[in-house]
Amino acid sequence: MGKTLAQKIFDAHLVDKPFGQEDWVLRLDRVFCHEITTPIAINDLVAQGMDRVFDPTKIKAVIDHVTPAKDSKTALQGKILRDWARRHGIKDFFDVGRNGVCHALFPELGFVRPGFTVIMGDSHTCTHGAFGAFAAGVGTTDLEVGILKGVCAFKTPHTIRINLEGSLRPGVTAKDVILALIAKIGVAGATDRVMEFRGPVVSAMGMEGRMTLCNMAVEAGGTSGVCMPDMTTVEYLWRFIGPQGEHQYSSKEEALRDYQRWISDEDAPYDSVVNLDCSALEPLSTVGYKPDQVKTIRELKNTKVDQVYIGSCTNGRIEDLRQAAAVLKGRRVAESVRGIVSPATPQVYAQALQEGIIQTFMDAGFCVTNPTCGACLGMSNGVLAEGEVCASTTNRNFYGRMGKGGMVHLMSPASAAATAVLGTIANPEDLK
Amino acid sequence: MKHFGGPVLFLNRDDINTDEIIPAKYLTENTKEALKPYCLEDLKLSDFNPKRDLEGKRAILTRSNFGCGSSREHAPWALEMNEINIVVASSFARIFRQNMFNCGMIAAEVDSPTIDRLFEEFAGKETVLSVDLEKNRLHFVAGKTERQVPFILKDFEAALVRSGGWVRFAAQRY
Repeated sequence: MGKTLAQKIFDAHLVDKPFGQEDWVLRLDRVFCHEITTPIAINDLVAQGMDRVFDPTKIKAVIDHVTPAKDSKTALQGKILRDWARRHGIKDFFDVGRNGVCHALFPELGFVRPGFTVIMGDSHTCTHGAFGAFAAGVGTTDLEVGILKGVCAFKTPHTIRINLEGSLRPGVTAKDVILALIAKIGVAGATDRVMEFRGPVVSAMGMEGRMTLCNMAVEAGGTSGVCMPDMTTVEYLWRFIGPQGEHQYSSKEEALRDYQRWISDEDAPYDSVVNLDCSALEPLSTVGYKPDQVKTIRELKNTKVDQVYIGSCTNGRIEDLRQAAAVLKGRRVAESVRGIVSPATPQVYAQALQEGIIQTFMDAGFCVTNPTCGACLGMSNGVLAEGEVCASTTNRNFYGRMGKGGMVHLMSPASAAATAVLGTIANPEDLK
Repeated sequence: MKHFGGPVLFLNRDDINTDEIIPAKYLTENTKEALKPYCLEDLKLSDFNPKRDLEGKRAILTRSNFGCGSSREHAPWALEMNEINIVVASSFARIFRQNMFNCGMIAAEVDSPTIDRLFEEFAGKETVLSVDLEKNRLHFVAGKTERQVPFILKDFEAALVRSGGWVRFAAQRY
C-alpha cells in the first residue's frame, strides 16, 4: 500500500506516539509567529521560567496584522514580539519596512520547502501546503510548545483527494475554484482532513494560484491543503536552493528528483475523492456569512457595494494585483465606492510599482495601503460601518468580520476590480 | 484539573465561528482576563444577549462545527474567563477542539440525534450539567427531566485534561 504526501511527511517527522496510532507528535521544521497570537505564548513562557526557543533559525516572526501599530495595545504586541526575537537571536524577524502578510511574506523568502512541517498561530497557515509541505494553523498553546520544544501533535493525516479536472476559462481564477469547492463540500467538509489538490488545473497554476487554493482549505475545515511539488515549485524556489542561494542543488532537474520523494504514491489510500470539473466554472462570489454560501457573479448583479478591498494572504500577491490592474487600466472606480488595495508584501509592492500597477490603481481612484492584514479581519485600514457592503479578495465573510454589521462578498481580484468600476457586483465581462 | 459542568447555555445553531465567540478587534489584548466581557459578543442568534444569557452559565450545548474559522485560542480563553470549561456539540472545528484540550478544557462530542434530543428536552429550561470523567458520562438535569449521555474522551485528550493542558504535558515529556 502506497502513502500520501502528508503521510510521508508524518513518517519522516515522527517523534512520539503517546497514545495509540492516531496521535502523532511531529518534529517541526518551521514555527512561524505573528504579533497577535504569539505575545501571550511568550508571556506564559516567561511567567513559567521557560523563556527559551528550540532553534532560533527555524523560528520566523513578523508583525503583520496591525502594522504600523494603530494604538497602545497593538504597539505593545509588536514590542513583545520584537523584544523576544532580539533576546533569542531570531534573525528572521520582520518589522515595519520589511514586513508583510505572513503567508505571502514567508513563502516569498523561501522559508517553506517540500516535505516540511510548518505551524503558526494562524488558521491560514494551510497556505504553505502549496509547496508540498504539511502546514497547519494552531492555537497559542500549540505555538508555545512549538517554540519551546519544536514539536506539535496531530491526528493521522487522513486525506481527501481533490481532482481539479479540465481547464479554467479566461477570467476564472484559483479563487473561483476554491469557492466552488467549498460550496460543494461545505464549511466542515474537510474537518480533520488534509485536502490534496491534484489534476491538470493545479499543474497549470503558478505558485500564487496554488497558495490561493491551499489558503482557503481551512474554510472547508481542512487541516492543511497540499499540492504535489513539481517543476513550478522548483522554479519558484530556485533562487533560494540553486547556486545563487544555498546551492542545495546544482540543477533544477536534481531538485525536482529530490522533491519527488514527497509526491503521493499512485496506490495511496484516500479517505475520499472529490472530482470537480473546472471547465464549466464561471466567476463566483460568496453571499451570506459562511464561505460555502456561493453564487455566480451573474446571479448577484445589481448588488451594490460600498467598498472594494484587494489584498490579504489569499489574494494580495503580484499575480492578483496584475489581474485586478488589467481590469482597472483606463477605468475609474464608481463614485459610490471606496477602493482599497494592500500589496501583501514589500516585494509585491515594489514589483507592482515597477510594473506600473500601482499607478493604474491610483489612476483608477484606489487608496494604496502598506502591506498588512488590517481590513481582512476588521482591525484597521478599511473597517466597515454597520450595514455596509464590501467586495473583498479575502477569505472570510463571517458576520462582523470586516466590521460589526458589515457584509462581505468574497471574490477574485479580477471580479473585485470590475465591481469597483461598476459599483455593483460584476465580473470583467460586464465591462465590455 | 479544572471544574467541569454547571448551568447550561443553549446555543441552537451550527457553524458558530471563533469571530462570533470573540471578535478580532479584541485580539489586541495581551491578557486572557481582558477578554471576559466580550465573549460571544457578535453571536448571530435571535434573542441572544451575551450579558444576560452568559450570566452564571458554566457549560455550553450547541450543534455542529462549533469553533470554525480562526485559530485564535482567545475563543476558549473567553469561555474559560467566564468559567465555561466544557462545550458539548455534535462536532467541532479541529483547531478549536485542540485548543480546548490544550487548555485542559473539554470539547465533548455527542452524536447529532442525541444533541437534537437534548435540545428538545432541555432548551428553554434551567438545566444543569454534571460531568463524570471516570465513566465518560454527561448528566443533564432540569427539574424532573434527566438524561445521561455517554461521550468519547480519547486517551490523549483525557491526559491533557488531567495534566492541565499541553504545555505541562509536553514540558515534562519532550
